[in-house]
Amino acid sequence: MLEALIQGILLGGYYAMLAAGLSLMFGVVRFINLAHGDMAVLGAMIALWLVQGAGLGVGLAVLITLPVMAGLGWLMQRLIFERALRGGFLIPILTTIGLGAALQNGMFGLWGSETKSLGAYIGNLSWASWELPGGIFLGQLPVYMFVIAILVLGALHLMLTRTPFGRAVRATATDADAAALCGIDARKVHRGAAAIAVALAGLAGIFLALRAQVTPFSGPMLLIFAFEAVVIGGIGSLRGTLIGGIALGVAQALGGMISPQFSILSGHVVFLAVLAWRMSQVAAADRGGWRSAWGALRAKRKITRGKA
Amino acid sequence: MTDVRVALALSGAVGRHGQLQAIKPLSLTIAENEVLALIGANGAGKTTLMRMIAGLHSFAEGALQLFGQDVTAMSAHDRVKAGIALSPEGRRLFGDMTVRENLMIAAENGRRGEWTLPTACDAFPQITPLLDRPAGGLSGGQRQAVAIARALVANPSVLLLDEVSLGLSPAAVDGVYQSLAGLRGKMTMVVVEQDLTRAMEFAGRLICMAEGVLELDGNPATLTRDQITNAYFGIHKTAEASHA
Repeated sequence: MLEALIQGILLGGYYAMLAAGLSLMFGVVRFINLAHGDMAVLGAMIALWLVQGAGLGVGLAVLITLPVMAGLGWLMQRLIFERALRGGFLIPILTTIGLGAALQNGMFGLWGSETKSLGAYIGNLSWASWELPGGIFLGQLPVYMFVIAILVLGALHLMLTRTPFGRAVRATATDADAAALCGIDARKVHRGAAAIAVALAGLAGIFLALRAQVTPFSGPMLLIFAFEAVVIGGIGSLRGTLIGGIALGVAQALGGMISPQFSILSGHVVFLAVLAWRMSQVAAADRGGWRSAWGALRAKRKITRGKA
Repeated sequence: MTDVRVALALSGAVGRHGQLQAIKPLSLTIAENEVLALIGANGAGKTTLMRMIAGLHSFAEGALQLFGQDVTAMSAHDRVKAGIALSPEGRRLFGDMTVRENLMIAAENGRRGEWTLPTACDAFPQITPLLDRPAGGLSGGQRQAVAIARALVANPSVLLLDEVSLGLSPAAVDGVYQSLAGLRGKMTMVVVEQDLTRAMEFAGRLICMAEGVLELDGNPATLTRDQITNAYFGIHKTAEASHA
């Protein structure tokens, strides 16, 4: 039980990493990137290609992949997303579905459909573990990945709160017109945010390739996990994203204790429960809070009973 | 009065909201360091005109020059860098950020110059104790002071202030105008003001709009209340009748 809990929390770092980019894009650019999962896979594939094809070390491959992904994010915002955003709310969805399909098939064409993993290139790190008192084994790789996720999210938080670019990002997200009146070029901010979001997706994809396997068609499932973490944690807050990721990871780990098939399902159940709770909160708020909503419901029942 | 430079020059400017022509072809020149009050009823086009000058609302026709440079095609953020700053209607502060952050954003992205966080706090002393408070929790007068200071730290040569006293207590209005008086002669100011007495006291030139048309343009010292009232409601007949 405790072991599953710890595994779940560590897994949460990976989910938070996956969700952070999606949340950033939605919060700042107001753009839902349905190809986010496929971008994550692309990051993993580029790193894999650098390691397997070019024979680089994993660390170096990661250091090369992330700026490449950031550049790709910048370019996609510049060439695709900006135009899509001008076309209303439906066009971005259609565009990114198409982009996702193109990415999946492009990766399939370039690198084939077999499952790939970076696990074989990191020596004994993939199975090395520490033994904690109480006979709990803690995998070293999940711990390192969790620590990196916390550090990256923390750095992102500091960047958003302490730097001029971060302030410009938050100002644009809050009120784009007011930000423009302060001299902020929203397009530059959006391109920067897209670069960060796609680099984060790439790092999450590399995490997946380190701890498990990827195929060119893994993306849509990653997108679902990212969405679930974002919804559980609340949109537009990094701390919320981390909490959402951890909640999802813990739900999956605890569900996995019941039966391996229950792992992903229990994540979905938690997501649906949180979603239902959030929606009922909104519905209650529309009726003046829980108490008056409940009172109105009871009054309505009395009236219908009176009629009968 | 020799060699007065023209700060802003609008020529044949037309602003539309869909089918509605909110600004009918309008030409106007404003001299450097002039203090101009813009009055008019609701829906007269004051805010649209301010937004057009600031670059938030596009010109359907016509052109805008800033110190002789054509800025009609320039985006709002580039106009800030060229020297136009607008404190918009509704203040539009970033509510979840502190006052300090609100000011820093404009200081970082606007022009460099004599107006910085400390000098803006000198001009608006009521801001200093608020610097680390979230902007969302301020009173109306405080929000207005911060909004004007935020426009100021972008170091504009033309400062546009929309609805200066709307929603403020008389004491707060006094405070804001005291601070604004200190800016006279340092920059061109265009002030949208509902309070006619205020507008006439503060400005060196008064223009009145009605239904997108410039009805009146003159010196508040020589204009009569009747002239202004007629212009305010777009009444032309009385003017013609008095000539007859």
